[in-house]
Amino acid sequence: MYSSPFDYYRAATVDEASALLKKHPGAKLLAGGHSLIPLLKLRLAAPPALIDIGRIAELKGITVKDGTIRIGALTTHADLAASTALRESCPALAEAAKQVGDPAVRNRGTIGGNVAHADPASDLPTVLTALGARFTVTGPRGTRTIDAGGFFTGMMTTALEDRDLLSAIEIAARQKGQGMAYVKFSHPASRYAVIGVAASVTVSSGTCTAAAVAIGGLVPRATRAASVEQALIGQTLSAGTLARAASEVARDLGTDILGDLYASADYRKAVAPVWVKRALAAAAARGK
Amino acid sequence: MSARIFGSGIRRREDPRLITGTATYTDDLALPGMLHAAMLRSPHAHARIKRIDVSRAKEAPGVLAAFTGADIDRLKPVPCAWLLPNANLKIAGYQCMVKDTVRYVGDIVAVVVAETAYQAHDGLDLIDVDYEALPAVTDPRHALQPGAPQLHADVPRNEAFHWVVAGGDIDAAFKNADVIVKERIVQQRLIPNAMEPRAALAQWSGASGELTLWNTTQNPHIVRFLCSVVTGVPEDKLRVVAPEVGGGFGSKIAVYPADFITCFCAMTLNRPVKWTETRSENYQATTHGRDHIQEVELATKKDGTILGLRAEVWAGMGAYLSTAAPGIPTILHGLMLSGVYNLPAVKEDVHGMYTNTTPVDAYRGAGRPEATFMIERVMDKLASTLGMDPVDVRMKNMIPRFENGHTVITGLTYDSGDYPAGLKKLLEHVKYAELRKEQSEARKEGRYMGIGLASYVEICGLGPSQVAGAIGFQGGLWESAIVRVHPTGKVQVFIGASPHGQGEETTFAQLVASEIGVDANDVKVVHGDTDNTPMGWGTYGSRTTAVGGAALILATRKVKEKAKVIAAHLLEAAVEDMDYADGKFFVKGSPDKAKTIQDVALMANVAWNMPAGVEAGLEASMFYDPPNFTYPFGSHVAVVEVDPETGQIALKRYVALDDCGPQINPVIVEGQVHGGVVQGLGQALWEEAVYDENGQLVTGSMLDYALPRAGALCDIEVISTVTPSPHHPLGLKGIGEAGTIASTVTVYNAVMDALAPLGVASLRMPMTPERVWRGIQQAKG
Repeated sequence: MYSSPFDYYRAATVDEASALLKKHPGAKLLAGGHSLIPLLKLRLAAPPALIDIGRIAELKGITVKDGTIRIGALTTHADLAASTALRESCPALAEAAKQVGDPAVRNRGTIGGNVAHADPASDLPTVLTALGARFTVTGPRGTRTIDAGGFFTGMMTTALEDRDLLSAIEIAARQKGQGMAYVKFSHPASRYAVIGVAASVTVSSGTCTAAAVAIGGLVPRATRAASVEQALIGQTLSAGTLARAASEVARDLGTDILGDLYASADYRKAVAPVWVKRALAAAAARGK
Repeated sequence: MSARIFGSGIRRREDPRLITGTATYTDDLALPGMLHAAMLRSPHAHARIKRIDVSRAKEAPGVLAAFTGADIDRLKPVPCAWLLPNANLKIAGYQCMVKDTVRYVGDIVAVVVAETAYQAHDGLDLIDVDYEALPAVTDPRHALQPGAPQLHADVPRNEAFHWVVAGGDIDAAFKNADVIVKERIVQQRLIPNAMEPRAALAQWSGASGELTLWNTTQNPHIVRFLCSVVTGVPEDKLRVVAPEVGGGFGSKIAVYPADFITCFCAMTLNRPVKWTETRSENYQATTHGRDHIQEVELATKKDGTILGLRAEVWAGMGAYLSTAAPGIPTILHGLMLSGVYNLPAVKEDVHGMYTNTTPVDAYRGAGRPEATFMIERVMDKLASTLGMDPVDVRMKNMIPRFENGHTVITGLTYDSGDYPAGLKKLLEHVKYAELRKEQSEARKEGRYMGIGLASYVEICGLGPSQVAGAIGFQGGLWESAIVRVHPTGKVQVFIGASPHGQGEETTFAQLVASEIGVDANDVKVVHGDTDNTPMGWGTYGSRTTAVGGAALILATRKVKEKAKVIAAHLLEAAVEDMDYADGKFFVKGSPDKAKTIQDVALMANVAWNMPAGVEAGLEASMFYDPPNFTYPFGSHVAVVEVDPETGQIALKRYVALDDCGPQINPVIVEGQVHGGVVQGLGQALWEEAVYDENGQLVTGSMLDYALPRAGALCDIEVISTVTPSPHHPLGLKGIGEAGTIASTVTVYNAVMDALAPLGVASLRMPMTPERVWRGIQQAKG
């Protein structure tokens, strides 16, 4: 577990990080290091240089203002899980962060590093996809915003380009009648999601007026479950409705279903509706 | 003996240094001029080396040397130290470094030595090896079949040994049977996963010809013995030190090629050399455990009375026979097949098979979990076949209480036991009848609750040396202790065993303190260094307390006897008139005029006024060779609930009843049971080392190999009965492996009980959600 040699630079500001990225082609950004360092140690990645952005203060913290939650890219999973503001305004994200890896991973790993790595079995991309998060990115041509739907482009790939730096993520704060949940079937070794489901339902006068559901773990990238959502809107959220809606997930999984030694694609596909149903039930219970 | 300290749950004195990160492990050591070694391991399970070139590595920055198999000819092969008799044992050559043919992913083909560990690992990338891949075999049963790839030219059909245990008339048993139940069991291969990976640091003095090896080992004296054989350094010039050792679970019994190669590098370069395996290397090359395919059948009468047990086992041994390997699936397994039951006839054939995999050796329980599983699984099958309660079939066949010896059909003589009383106490504790009622209520609600049970007896306290010789173990199995009382009455104890997490620094101090009335804090236990401890055979097989503890208590009694003689002299009394209580020696009837052990220690050490003919000093040693093994036993219960929608298993309750004889420290006993139970649950529910058809270890890291996590467990309740061993000075038996031996089959039986209404009769371990779910789907048809 010894990495190949690399150069190390530490950036004090976003501008400095951008300048270093420009100066050192092929360099990788280092935040919490919990995706990158294992790759280095296994010599699966051998970048010539690392640019440590871990101490850039402007990239840390959670603020909620005018119905929008803004999360700095360097906010750790532990900070997300412990944030009272987040648990109030976006409980599914706090709930997901609490289930990432183990305490060491949560204390060091960051939301920005996590989503930039875009592991299909990671938890946060599923929640952010369901909730329609927006990603603020600083690149060679200035700052731009990417929607969740366009950010995760495939397995371990995102819309981020070589010299981009993800600085913040924004989500709309929870509204009245909106209940949300993240439910996860964890791999017993890696703690990654075998199946992860993020669900949000908004209930008004007993009827579901909005639904957002995303699944992760068994698909190459976090994916909205549009068929499930459609089966909920306009309905009274009885147990029967939730189960029927959940069974629709088969239509949303596509053909490229992931499997491994622990849980085959066939099995994941067969039990996915159960996990969707559980996420919907938890969200619906909180939405009342 | 003071009741206060023996039996008291005092805190482990080991813990402060362990939990504050201040303990010194092998890898923490640094010597002036120290170099670092890295091993190049074969990426192929089976291949011929056509060419190997280390010249580029030698030129890399910081690299001092690179050696291949051709360079290290002076190292003898790695010895196998358990020469199983009457089993057609075929020990294939196990070279420290391979010259021609690699036989598993992890076989060492070269070593690089550099100024830093990073440079050594960079050097590995510069070694060019041309391999010609050969077909591999990883399944032990497949390895025996005609046409299977052959690992060793001199071992036909890859069969390392064929061992048989037989007793009684097994053919008659099956001929006369009303009922025969059969089971096919896969005891999957496991990775021991000690928290500390293996490491070696070798220091050579060219001037004096002396070698010191710091090593992650459970048995430094055995390492010295075998290292002397392999390196040629005489034992008097070879010192082996086990510093803090972070767990072993059996994987640090064996001696390993990498350690000898590290010695070779130090001796060749005349500088200290350190090697520490990475976790990936640990997974590839530190011994694995279990790996049995078992076919077992039980013959009974229709009332459930057992007539005989017949089995055939294919045990994967890996590419080479590791140090103790041949004894594990045989002596420690087959001889235990009677379990806690009256078994009139037995026959088991065990095929030890070479496969293109990591060598297999002892892993916590070592052979006994595999035996207990077979018996306790077929007992449950018998119960369901006959429509009897699992408790009733067990009670019907259980050996009744015995206090001094009971010989079973495999030839072993159990020391003492009261199996029915233990089971009865456990059932009362868990309120078994109510649990069954709860289960039938749950079933009505569509919940799949299961109750699992297992009773076990295990063989530990290895063992009498005469037996060791008879069963081919190439060493003794006695233990030793020196007890030295200093002038101030403080005590140092030197032991040949080598604890590495079990807590004997605490419990052995308690033993001495209770025997001679000193404070336990005034007793220091020294172990792990061959230069300052007496010879001993090491810590494994739950033997340190059972054998080493006996040596210690007898040495302490020698000290006490001598102290009594000196005290009598000081009190001008006859020795036979002396009495002792709580650390004080006095003339019978006059306890107020006493000499304390400290008074005596001072006089013995200054020796101003000693009885005639009595040597100065207050010290004694004892080499204790036990007359028999010890046989702890118990019964465990698990309650689970299975989610039929997803196949997930939830542990609801676990209760362990264990009888290890009198307990020196019940908190440490509880800790041993907790850890052992959890490791056994790991086998049932999560763990498996998986090889693909090419012999690649698919579960090569902790990303894929699932170890138990606290969050997935339930509380583990620990209760006990106390049945002293008749032959141990204090009746102690040993508790290190009990939990592991019982828990795998206990929870397996619980899951099967839960799934019974769905028609699922067996599952492959680990019982992952998918396997459970598929079992349910198949039963549905």
